[in-house]
Amino acid sequence: MSKEQETRLLRILEQNGRIDTEVLAKMLDEDVETVIQTINRLEDEHVILSYAAVINWNKVEQESQVAAMIDVKVTPQRGVGFDEVANRIQRFPEVSALYLMSGTYDLSVMVEGQTMEGVARFVSDKLSTLDAVLSTTTHFRLKKYKHDGIVFGEDEKDRRMVVSP
Amino acid sequence: MSMTAKKTNNRLSKAVTSIEPSGIRKFFELASTMEDCISLGVGEPDFVTPWNVREACMTSLEQGYTAYTANAGLLELRMAISDYMEDAFDVTYCPEEEIIVTVGASEAIDLAVRATVDPGDEVLVVTPSFVSYSPLITLAGATPVPVLTDSSTNFKLTAERLEEAITDRSRAIILSFPNNPTGAVMTKAELEAVAHVIQKHDLLVFSDEIYAELSYDEPHTAFSSINDMKDRTILINGFSKAFAMTGWRLGFVCAPKDITEAMLKIHQYSLMCAPTQAQHGALEALRSGGDEVKKMVESYYSRRNYIVNSLNEIGLSCHMPGGSFYAFPSIEATGMDDQTFAEKLLLEEKVAVVPGSVFGEGGEGHVRCSYATGMKQLQTAVERIERFVKRHTKTNLSS
Repeated sequence: MSKEQETRLLRILEQNGRIDTEVLAKMLDEDVETVIQTINRLEDEHVILSYAAVINWNKVEQESQVAAMIDVKVTPQRGVGFDEVANRIQRFPEVSALYLMSGTYDLSVMVEGQTMEGVARFVSDKLSTLDAVLSTTTHFRLKKYKHDGIVFGEDEKDRRMVVSP
Repeated sequence: MSMTAKKTNNRLSKAVTSIEPSGIRKFFELASTMEDCISLGVGEPDFVTPWNVREACMTSLEQGYTAYTANAGLLELRMAISDYMEDAFDVTYCPEEEIIVTVGASEAIDLAVRATVDPGDEVLVVTPSFVSYSPLITLAGATPVPVLTDSSTNFKLTAERLEEAITDRSRAIILSFPNNPTGAVMTKAELEAVAHVIQKHDLLVFSDEIYAELSYDEPHTAFSSINDMKDRTILINGFSKAFAMTGWRLGFVCAPKDITEAMLKIHQYSLMCAPTQAQHGALEALRSGGDEVKKMVESYYSRRNYIVNSLNEIGLSCHMPGGSFYAFPSIEATGMDDQTFAEKLLLEEKVAVVPGSVFGEGGEGHVRCSYATGMKQLQTAVERIERFVKRHTKTNLSS
């Protein structure tokens, strides 16, 4: 499969990780066997890391979560820069995403928990106490409008006429 | 017969009486009464216009841009169109003298015909094709002459077919590639072969390239980019298909100065100018819509592959269309004609497709399936069509 086709395959999977392999093969105009092999290889190479669903947890009773984005300033360490402290932070199960940023702070830490107290405890007990951490600013997420390119709660009504020239 | 009735019968022009309403409309009336119908009958993108374009239009309204623009359209927009045509298709048109912003590509076709054709002339129309061409030619007093394309050439126009259709009265030809409904595209070499015949017979060319951006396997060749063709070509394009802006009614036409001036006379007296707010939206589409177009094209591309491979698997033979967003399978295997097929499919399986014969000669025996529909619906449609075809195909079990 060409590189171009491989990128197409990845884009389609990114949109729909549950897509039927036969349908995927038809969309790519490739053999089913080739598609299966390519996916296996991409999994082995850790290009494809997992197949996740995007879920609107707010619609699931008792399962609503709180999330916070924490701006973290840290002292970079000789030889390893930000990687060592990042590596320590990302291991906490509460951390759902971690990015190195340009600008007024260094690390952006996404934290998810059951309650606001839980998130606050994580920040004060675990994050702030790390030696390299200079300061933290916590922003709680109030509402999810769009996530990973998907708009939450938009009606997808087709406004076109049934037949047109 | 009373006098009143007679008067009523006669009050319509001969020209308008001589044309039929679009065959699509009849089918639309049937389809729109069905509930839970999956429509592959829609000739427009399933995407909503990109947000930046909608936003630019709203801003223009907030800023009070509600007056007429120049007849030919905002100069700024014509300049952007000129740049776009050069970047995308390597053709150069002067924004001041060779471009008019029109009310959809449909108006552009009407302008081209009315500005250049006289009663008695013949205008060649590649068929099957978009439903408007022939009626517009008839309304201009000229005679549409079909030039047939068929599945043997994947619905491409050949020099031989064109040569056969030309008479002493031939004045112009309407080319429409990528094609609605067949999805056919023409390569540069194939266009050059046709251009040779056009040159020989001194024809004008109305090249409707509204689907230019939706070319999947190779870049689109604008007809006026072919050697010696620019001076005889009226190039028609617009925002509807590429930018998902059908309802904005905004197209444009590029042509040599003398023809542009003539078209502008008709345009200024009949329409004054294209809607101002739509022009502001279009300007934004050209400035920043490129990425959105790419995304949409990528999505049509994989849906095309999916539906064409599926239709062939079902037994409805279908060439791989190089452009637009239509698959045009033959329904011969079912032994039905295209009208019957489309009606039965709609009533029995609630899938709307458009009978090929609606698009003129050569369309019979085929149906147009638009894949401008989400994958989920396409998959359900394919399942339903498969069930339908199985039920209606008489297979010879002994062979």
